Amino acid sequence: MLGYIIRRLISAVLVVIMTSMLVFALFFYGPSNPGQALCSGVRCTAERVEQINVALGFNDPVVDQYGTWAKGVFAGRTVDFGGAPIDCPAPCFGVSYQDRIPVTETLSERFPATLSLAIGAAFIFFPLGLLLGVLAARKRGTSIDRGLVGSSLILSSIPYYLVGLMAYLYLVIFWGVAPQPDYNPITENPWKWWTGLLLPWVVLGIWNSTAYARFSRGSMLESLGEDYVRTARAKGLTERKIVVKHALRAAIVPVLTIFGLDFAGLLAGTVFTEYIFGINGIGRTALLAINNQDFPIIAATVLIAAAFVVLANLIVDILYSVVDPRVRLT
Amino acid sequence: MTSSTQRREDISASRVPGREEPYLVVEDLSVKFPTADGLVQAVSDLSYTVEQGKTLGIVGESGSGKSVSSMAVLGLHDMRRTYMDGSIRVGGTEVVGLDESKLRRLRGADVAMIFQDALAALHPFYKVGSQLSEAYLAHHPSASRRDARAKAIEMLDRVGIPQPDRRIYDYSHQFSGGMRQRAMIAMALVNDPKLLIADEPTTALDVTVQAQILDLLQDLQRDFGSAVIIITHDLGVIAEMADDVLVMYGGRAVEYGTCKQILSQPMMPYTWGLLESVPELDSDPTQRLLPIAGTPPSLLSPPSGCPFHPRCRFRDHVPGDLCVTQLPDLEPPIDSPDRLKRCHIKDTAAVLKTDLVPSEA
Repeated sequence: MLGYIIRRLISAVLVVIMTSMLVFALFFYGPSNPGQALCSGVRCTAERVEQINVALGFNDPVVDQYGTWAKGVFAGRTVDFGGAPIDCPAPCFGVSYQDRIPVTETLSERFPATLSLAIGAAFIFFPLGLLLGVLAARKRGTSIDRGLVGSSLILSSIPYYLVGLMAYLYLVIFWGVAPQPDYNPITENPWKWWTGLLLPWVVLGIWNSTAYARFSRGSMLESLGEDYVRTARAKGLTERKIVVKHALRAAIVPVLTIFGLDFAGLLAGTVFTEYIFGINGIGRTALLAINNQDFPIIAATVLIAAAFVVLANLIVDILYSVVDPRVRLT
Repeated sequence: MTSSTQRREDISASRVPGREEPYLVVEDLSVKFPTADGLVQAVSDLSYTVEQGKTLGIVGESGSGKSVSSMAVLGLHDMRRTYMDGSIRVGGTEVVGLDESKLRRLRGADVAMIFQDALAALHPFYKVGSQLSEAYLAHHPSASRRDARAKAIEMLDRVGIPQPDRRIYDYSHQFSGGMRQRAMIAMALVNDPKLLIADEPTTALDVTVQAQILDLLQDLQRDFGSAVIIITHDLGVIAEMADDVLVMYGGRAVEYGTCKQILSQPMMPYTWGLLESVPELDSDPTQRLLPIAGTPPSLLSPPSGCPFHPRCRFRDHVPGDLCVTQLPDLEPPIDSPDRLKRCHIKDTAAVLKTDLVPSEA
């Protein structure tokens, strides 16, 4: 088990390294011009752009730039934009071209917002989706089942950004029933943290729960048809025990897999949610960075996403072995 | 004492002692399932009885309704998608239409079931011991977990699993095929059921293990004195286990009698076919087996008349097209009032003698 985890962690690190190389290659071999993007305004001349390119090493071979960047991750470095050199201690993922603040600082400052969003939403969509899915499966073929499946399909076929915008527009602006979305650190003001995130949580939670409802319904239907569920019924167990202890226990395993990956995706930045509700998290930061060709931020957010996905996979696999005794990790 | 045990005693009290009814009485049972393609007539007008201490063998091909009828005894079908008619009385209690909570108290306590393929029938995520304890606790709500575990160990020991005090902590996938079926039997017997339904209990097992399991079932029946229904398509199992035999075809009983009657003097062409298709140990190994031509009937649109007529080789013994137009009654053949057959051939014994026996002589 321990050996397995160590091996998986090593491969996870390799995946992240490969991803970082890929991001570098895509950005610098692609149609990007960070020098031009950095030098905005009327006073920007070709010489000025060239000056920036030289100062920040954009003219160096990409491999060298990668080397400098990678060294910074472990040892830290100083970055000189042509003014005062900016100190970027390890782990240094570069300094934002835009606001000239080390990326690590920016992202660690914004991560709590994304984390709060993801956890809060997960607390809504996982139980809610599971509950609705189990209910639909139990009432298979009835109007309850059809109503649940139908409404979940309708809701999830409306693009998420539309749902989010409409919710914001109606609930906050027109009707004023929901508090204005905003992020306040829980450590400063738990009440404001809660009220500010309430609407994003609910929107993200409910919209995501539709997929979970359909998925857990399917998984539940499958396990309700298993022989061991018939055995449980033949033993004279109560319906609640049959459904929860015997059927759901098996049905939840594939749902957990999807949840792990989804949750990793949320941690990597809930782009639409953060953008629509104006919450300054990783997703919104990444989106703005792409617009500004702010490469250090882009690279770091992509790496965060890769790391979370790999980690989530590992955690799900370990959970598998906990839930299903037939699974041995070797 | 909790209210649920109280109610359980009420059910027991409703059984009139001394009443001469066998422990299980199935009368005119019909089971139908509505499907997208139409109504499936899984079981039609089925009647049989099983007395305490006796074994009834139900034989038939896949889809003959043998499992469906026995699952109906436990009310295991999804009642929202099943139409049931007729009567099933277990120890005097009517099961058809019984409400779910009363059915639940019957299941696993008075009537227990052993399923085919114990690997699929045991839960993969729970230890074998806890699955046994769970069955015990379901009907002994006042028992402690420790009692239930002791009971689980006792039952595993009883069915011949070595080191039961350790094996209760194993999962079903850590058991061998035969051991799993033993554990399944132990689980079924944990509440001393008065009726045990074994649905193809040995089908997935190799022959030696099969013999062990059958011996075990016989031993246990002797000790517990329960009524047993054994469902199988293996006539060898029937010969070893059954007192009475019910042959089913297309959801109907086609022959019903004692084991000796059915096996030594079968009176229905379908039973002949079943017996003919069994390989004999001392027969010529190069000789081809004799299968029953054709396939089992569709239960969506059963054949007219006798359900077996499209596959029957003996229709020329019946005058006219009676086989195609009219369903034969399940009635005693001439000179044997103590058994039943469903066939238009009047003197089946004669046909058996002229058409089947000489070919072997």
